[in-house]
Amino acid sequence: MHEPSRRDGFQGEVIAATPGGESLLTCIQCGTCGGSCPSGADMDHTPRQLFAMINAGLRQDVLHSNTPWYCVSCYYCTVRCPKEIPITELMYTLKRMAVREGAYDDSKAPDFSRTFIRWVEDYGRSFELGLMGTHMIRHNPFGAFKIADMGIGMITKGRMAFSPTRIKGMDGLKRILAKAKQLEAQA
Amino acid sequence: MKYSYYPGCSLEKNAASYHESTMAIAGPLGLDFVEVEDWNCCGATEYHALNQTAAYALIARNLAQATKNEGLDTLVAPCSACYLNLRKCDKYMATEPELAGRVSQALAEAGLSYKGGTLHVRHLLDIVYNDVGLETLQAKTTRPLKGLRVAPYYGCMIVRPGFHNGDDDPEYPVTLDRILTALGAELVDFPMKAHCCGGHMTQISEATGFELIRRLIKSADDYEADLIVTICPMCQLNLDGFQGAMNRHFGTSYHIPVLYFTQLIGLALGLAPRDLGVGSEIVSAKEALSKIGAEVEEAEVATPRQRRDDKALPMPGRRGEG
Amino acid sequence: MAEKVGVYICHCGSNIAGMVDVEGLARWAGANLEDVTVARDYKFMCSSLGQELIEEDIKKEGLTRVVVGACSPHLHEKTFRKACANAGLNPYLMQMASLREQISWVSSDKDEATEKAKALISGAVRRVIEQEELFASEAPVNPNTLVVGGGVTGIQAALELADAGYHVYLVEREPSIGGHMAQFDKTFPTLDCSACILTPKMSDVGQHESITLLSYAEVEEVTGYVGNFHARIRKRARSVKEADCTGCGVCIEKCPKKVIDDVFEAGLGYRKAIYRPFPQAVPKYPVIDREACTYYLKGTCKACEKFCPTNAIDFEQQDSFLDLDVGNVILATGFDMFDSTRLPQYGYGRLANVFSNLEFERMCNAAGPTDGKVVLRDGVTTPESIAIVHCVGSRDKKHNPYCSAVCCMAALKFGHLAIEKTGAQVYSFYIDMRTPHKNYEEFYDRLLAEGMQFVRGRVAEVTDAARLPGEEGKLIVQSEDTLAGRQRRTPVDMVVLMGALEPRHDARETALKFGISCSMNGWFTERHPKLDPVATMTDGVFIAGVCQGPKDIPDSVAQGAAAAARVMAMITKGTVLIEPVVATIHEENCSGCRICNNLCPYNAITFLEDKGVSYVNAALCKGCGTCVAACPAQAISGAHFSNEQIFSEIEGLLYDAISGNGAGHKVEPAGVPA
Repeated sequence: MHEPSRRDGFQGEVIAATPGGESLLTCIQCGTCGGSCPSGADMDHTPRQLFAMINAGLRQDVLHSNTPWYCVSCYYCTVRCPKEIPITELMYTLKRMAVREGAYDDSKAPDFSRTFIRWVEDYGRSFELGLMGTHMIRHNPFGAFKIADMGIGMITKGRMAFSPTRIKGMDGLKRILAKAKQLEAQA
Repeated sequence: MKYSYYPGCSLEKNAASYHESTMAIAGPLGLDFVEVEDWNCCGATEYHALNQTAAYALIARNLAQATKNEGLDTLVAPCSACYLNLRKCDKYMATEPELAGRVSQALAEAGLSYKGGTLHVRHLLDIVYNDVGLETLQAKTTRPLKGLRVAPYYGCMIVRPGFHNGDDDPEYPVTLDRILTALGAELVDFPMKAHCCGGHMTQISEATGFELIRRLIKSADDYEADLIVTICPMCQLNLDGFQGAMNRHFGTSYHIPVLYFTQLIGLALGLAPRDLGVGSEIVSAKEALSKIGAEVEEAEVATPRQRRDDKALPMPGRRGEG
Repeated sequence: MAEKVGVYICHCGSNIAGMVDVEGLARWAGANLEDVTVARDYKFMCSSLGQELIEEDIKKEGLTRVVVGACSPHLHEKTFRKACANAGLNPYLMQMASLREQISWVSSDKDEATEKAKALISGAVRRVIEQEELFASEAPVNPNTLVVGGGVTGIQAALELADAGYHVYLVEREPSIGGHMAQFDKTFPTLDCSACILTPKMSDVGQHESITLLSYAEVEEVTGYVGNFHARIRKRARSVKEADCTGCGVCIEKCPKKVIDDVFEAGLGYRKAIYRPFPQAVPKYPVIDREACTYYLKGTCKACEKFCPTNAIDFEQQDSFLDLDVGNVILATGFDMFDSTRLPQYGYGRLANVFSNLEFERMCNAAGPTDGKVVLRDGVTTPESIAIVHCVGSRDKKHNPYCSAVCCMAALKFGHLAIEKTGAQVYSFYIDMRTPHKNYEEFYDRLLAEGMQFVRGRVAEVTDAARLPGEEGKLIVQSEDTLAGRQRRTPVDMVVLMGALEPRHDARETALKFGISCSMNGWFTERHPKLDPVATMTDGVFIAGVCQGPKDIPDSVAQGAAAAARVMAMITKGTVLIEPVVATIHEENCSGCRICNNLCPYNAITFLEDKGVSYVNAALCKGCGTCVAACPAQAISGAHFSNEQIFSEIEGLLYDAISGNGAGHKVEPAGVPA
């Protein structure tokens, strides 16, 4: 059976959607990224493994992996990679692809991002209480108790906003984002 | 010295003390900040996970708004995530024509535009170190931080991935170390100073998130730091706000207060703690700060205990050590 | 009398024939071009049979000119010139048309390609008719040789030449010869003691009647050309009179000033202000380091002078200069080691027990700063676990993209020595294990059997921040074990970094001095990477050893010998051919304006004061034509590139734009099969 060339197929898609992504073709699987990752021990696959899987065209396995969602964007991998592969940016690409196709197994992280952005898209600013509230109810109902003292501390120290702030140019921002999403879908 | 200023969402409430202390020290240090008009959230790391064009359009609106500050070509961000977002966006608007094209089209919907390279995006730490300078800080210090063992904590996004030309070393940064030494503090150069605090990981996986926080607190504690100093509100929230929950998770009992570097500068300049937002930390800094004004001691570079005798082999010369 | 031109169109297999109609082209040339007596096509003109075609035609048809339409002259101009010469025709009466590089390899349309080929052949025919006989001249070759660099490569080259009876000047910048090999403990894979196999050769050099050893010396300036170089050597002041010094070493013993030796001991040990780099130094004369010596710094001490039994100390000694005449130069200048502080995540220079490869070599060496004991930075404790980190500064786009060739083997060697000396658990963290040469793979196998542990994963960081039990007080090597598929934190007592081999910090200046070039990475550029690795594009200057690129000792020695062989060939031949494609200044037309003097990239033009005209040294001239074009009086002609030749070629190229081909023949494109 004819296997797709490295520039076609899944790997080509990932490369095309990432600024500087072409250098992924020069990966020698050295493992520096996997060794540097602070959250690597909790990932289904180390970053390096994920790239081997992308190289092998294992689209579904890659998009269902929790690896990109455990990436903390610390960029250690990116600055240490001997081939200057923009690894963190590739993780963002994989997150986007997984979200577009609904291909993640655990919705916690995608939901967190979506909830965060929902406030931004309505008000122009993030709203922590709203974010934490919605997120905890859905994903971690008893978690609130665990950090109750922190919550109380934040409130008594005046670090908690109780209502969102809306920017003046909200209409403009809505138009900007709508157009951006339309263009992204066509790209 | 006048700059455009992008505070970011955290500095409004959750990290208000960062904003207050920045404004408090601005005058004495000769810095004038003009807030970007009607700025919006930068999207943190969240929007990048959902939609690339929308993420950069969201950031770009801020860059476009910032250009409305006449004659100010430097945009300063105190938060590392905002800083990196603004910096990346500015760069991609110049180097990624397809993405830049889509973002420009989106901005046009609100009558805005931005050309990559128009603004210099810089972190607040960079401004203090390079534009104010160590000599000025030292000269204006009236309450030297003698006796206070301070661990400088950079976190990740200020020093990596390093689009810039050597603002600071991505593995082993030193600018904040030098500022603290100039203010008279005892520097605690702990090995985790540029490791990641975990960002939003506490909300995705407690075990992972708390572990990342634990590593940092443990390291600072191993090196006997009285206090940790940060340059990013997310790091401050993780290390301070979640310290208690982390302790409970692991059964540890660390108590290391976490302040912003601008607060420490303010204290060294002789400003009142209240004017710097000191007191809004969850982990109290009272005990640590009581050390300032203690007996004068020579500020030393803190290192773990070392034995030296004449059998010891010489260390290789350190490159570029200032 | 009209010339008789033979035109030969090469198929080059399908390289040319696949895009150009070679048969039609040959027929067309024969039918349409003036003065063409014979026009053939053939599969491979460069083959013996192809060459014989030319030779036969010259003899039988009485050809007076030859045109070959084939590949680029870079490849076979020499071949076809020789063929002409063999048949008795002056080789400069041959012209090539590059149908391959200039047409078939850059075209996609066959018709267009064939039309273009017609133009090129037409141009070549018109040009070759205007060409004139030229004769190469000969210059004598000075039988002396300059070898720069006294490491094992330079030593090998010098001995080969000297043993053959030719005189060698060996210049070495350090006080002693020996280079990096003198610093090593054992060499892989045989585990020979490095000094034991090197010092006999060093002694030979020191005592050889045909070698003039100039140590603690540098080459200041080089002028001249192949067979006739002049080199100015600076002999740095040792502050010791070599004629009087017996090498007893009392001065060294009595010197009270100790400094860190960051050259030979790699910063791990000490030496005195007056010193020999190592006990077996050749020559034996010590050197005073004027930047460390108390006398030069403060004007006091002079202990060495007081105690020297032969009064050999001379504080007033100055650098001296030597002018040498040599025929050839061999550069064997070696390499510098990567500075591992450039990778802060490995902690070199910050974490005490992280060592460089050179530091570890010195540690293992029985004559080194620890008497051969492997110990931690405290100088006392024996490590129980050691991690060896591969590819530090190599295979890394941020530092050096290349592989340094020797480190995998050296790492295995270190593993063996560490295990033998300490019984420690030794780990190697690698990306690939590169063990290609004779007995190298078997050496890897041996270390596997000795219990060395190999982890496939480039080290992410080395830290002292303990996190898990068993890590307190250790250095933790963090990596991904890519074969097991998981992250590993490996606590060890000591870390050894296999730093990259880098070109000497002043390699580019050296290249400039000798008129050769460096690659992007800084290694000297060879004439051809596969077929001519010891020659350079500058005749008479050869390169050997690591200065040409990272390699191990066997390869370095082989290259040293190869360079020596090439030089010997030049010397035994006795003369060197000077190409006649050079510029000539016609004195009667020269006004002495000297515009050409500074334009020459090869410094080949001088001004003759007494005659008031400029003069081109034909041996240095490379025929680039710059001066020819620049001369405002048109007083300079370039042989083989005269105005007549160039204009004729242009007219030939434009044959179909000039009606009637300029010579009365009509072109019949319609009747010629495509």
